Amino acid sequence: MPTEGHPALAALRTWEAAPLAEEEPARRTSRRRTRNPLPALVLALFAVFFVLPVLWLVLAATKTDDQLVHGNPLSFGSWHALRANWDALTSYQDDAIFQWLRNSALYSFLALVITLAVAVPAGYALAMTEFRGRRVLLVGTLVVMLMPNATLVVPLFLEVNAAHLIGSMWSIILPYAFYPFGVYLAYIYFSTALPRELLESARLDGCSEFGVFRRVALPLATPIVALVGFFSFVANWTNYFLPYVMLPQSSQLPVQVGLGTLLDDVPQFNPTVGDLAVQRPELALATLLAITPVLIVFLFSQRFLVTGMLAGATKG
Amino acid sequence: MRALWPGRAGHGFVAAYVVLLIAFGIVPTCYAVYFAFTDGNARFSGLSNFSRAAADFRFVPAVEHVALYLVFWLVALVVLVVGLSLLLYELSARGVSKALRFLYYIPGALAGAAGVMVWLFVLDPSVSPVAFLLRAMGFATFGQVVAPGHLPVLFTLIAFWTGAGGWIVVMHGALNNIPREVIEAARIDGASAWQTARRIQIPMLRKWIVYMVILTFAGGTQLFVEPQLLAQASVGVAGRDYSLNQLSYDFAFQNNDVNTAAAISVELLLVGLVVAALFVARSGFFDAD
Repeated sequence: MPTEGHPALAALRTWEAAPLAEEEPARRTSRRRTRNPLPALVLALFAVFFVLPVLWLVLAATKTDDQLVHGNPLSFGSWHALRANWDALTSYQDDAIFQWLRNSALYSFLALVITLAVAVPAGYALAMTEFRGRRVLLVGTLVVMLMPNATLVVPLFLEVNAAHLIGSMWSIILPYAFYPFGVYLAYIYFSTALPRELLESARLDGCSEFGVFRRVALPLATPIVALVGFFSFVANWTNYFLPYVMLPQSSQLPVQVGLGTLLDDVPQFNPTVGDLAVQRPELALATLLAITPVLIVFLFSQRFLVTGMLAGATKG
Repeated sequence: MRALWPGRAGHGFVAAYVVLLIAFGIVPTCYAVYFAFTDGNARFSGLSNFSRAAADFRFVPAVEHVALYLVFWLVALVVLVVGLSLLLYELSARGVSKALRFLYYIPGALAGAAGVMVWLFVLDPSVSPVAFLLRAMGFATFGQVVAPGHLPVLFTLIAFWTGAGGWIVVMHGALNNIPREVIEAARIDGASAWQTARRIQIPMLRKWIVYMVILTFAGGTQLFVEPQLLAQASVGVAGRDYSLNQLSYDFAFQNNDVNTAAAISVELLLVGLVVAALFVARSGFFDAD
């Protein structure tokens, strides 16, 4: 979804406002006497709704297409079938899946580096220094941030086309790197959590403007660097529309668009497929591979977002 | 919020960002406006691109599709996210609440094409883990499930599945912000859980709900990957001109009519901007700064 980044802002602010609410002891003293089983049932049903498809996906990768259709949907297939699916998938268009994963990693990583190098100093300057055009930039950032950028894909194509850059990987990396939401997150963080006295004393000690940023502000900003990085990475890795439009060759596709290519060659979804046919478990396996990096980042930052952000937010 | 020291150093820090903002925010926007108001020969053409877009037989249905999808999605999101957050908040077992929030959050990793892939399978009665449900509802084939009339509900399902968990985490945090004493006092006065929710908790979540609705609305108008992949997989049941962004894509790349495509982009941008303005004005979300 194009709004992926925004809940983070809300979450960040929530955590800032009530960092320790989670830990508060003995929150409920007056408990209702009769427990109504309905809420627990509803919560459990939704847990099934959210988790079942993921579980199914993992298991589907271990089956043959025949097992997928005739077996129990939630049974494990076999290691042998998983191996066969792996071999079939990796031989598709000469390792295309690895190429796509490499592309995704390259695009997301380069964009991430640029985003951090650009957004963190910009947020810092907006929060901490006065310069001409600051207000305009702040309002502009806000507007662009709230304007869903999928609408800009076709105009971006026209612009990139006019510059004869279609098919260049920079035609998607640089638009990815433009991440106003990251600037805004950094701005909020620096203006709420960084004590100005600290910067002032560093300046009095003779630190240059850049020195203050690099030696004082940046080391304290680890949580926000991680948060911006996290959301930028996930947003870029899962983007579909922009690379779909910008990159004409299969060898350049990121894995999300690659999945669409694979889908085209699954006979059950597209009966006109010829010899290239991809079986459904292979598609499931490819989907699994496509989400693994995001899932790893998710699991990793789940802990970090809760503990790390709180530690950063309670100071200030 | 006041900044500390004047000087030109600030310009150095924001320079790179300004370059990106101009190149990938302002220039494409201006480019879109330029194309939207000119014809193929770069002559000013007034509103003719807009009227051509609006007169296209696919335009009105696309607007209806997106509007219907938004209604379904927003209602589902508001009702279920708020409801589930309140239930999770009521849950006395702290660890269970945390674990559930995490489980709800997992599908967020499957945003974009990957999530659609999963649902292509889940909605296919021949392989679905919930095939019994689909059959009970009278659907025997994938084609029957993805009949055009069902699409708003199906896209809502996919969007809710990937997006709700994150919002539940946010709402949970917001609920934790409500002073404990207020809720205790209501309980002591004899308010039921439902009354407490309706009179105290939901009003205090209002700002967050408005925030969620507006961002979701703006995002929802951008529908592209879900209908695009579904159209690819549905053997022609679902069309490639379901949403406005698809239509814009089609004009630009199938009809080579970038001017009409740009007109649709400009319209979507305008809607986005109006929503953004509404958001800033109504929710007061940025007042604190």
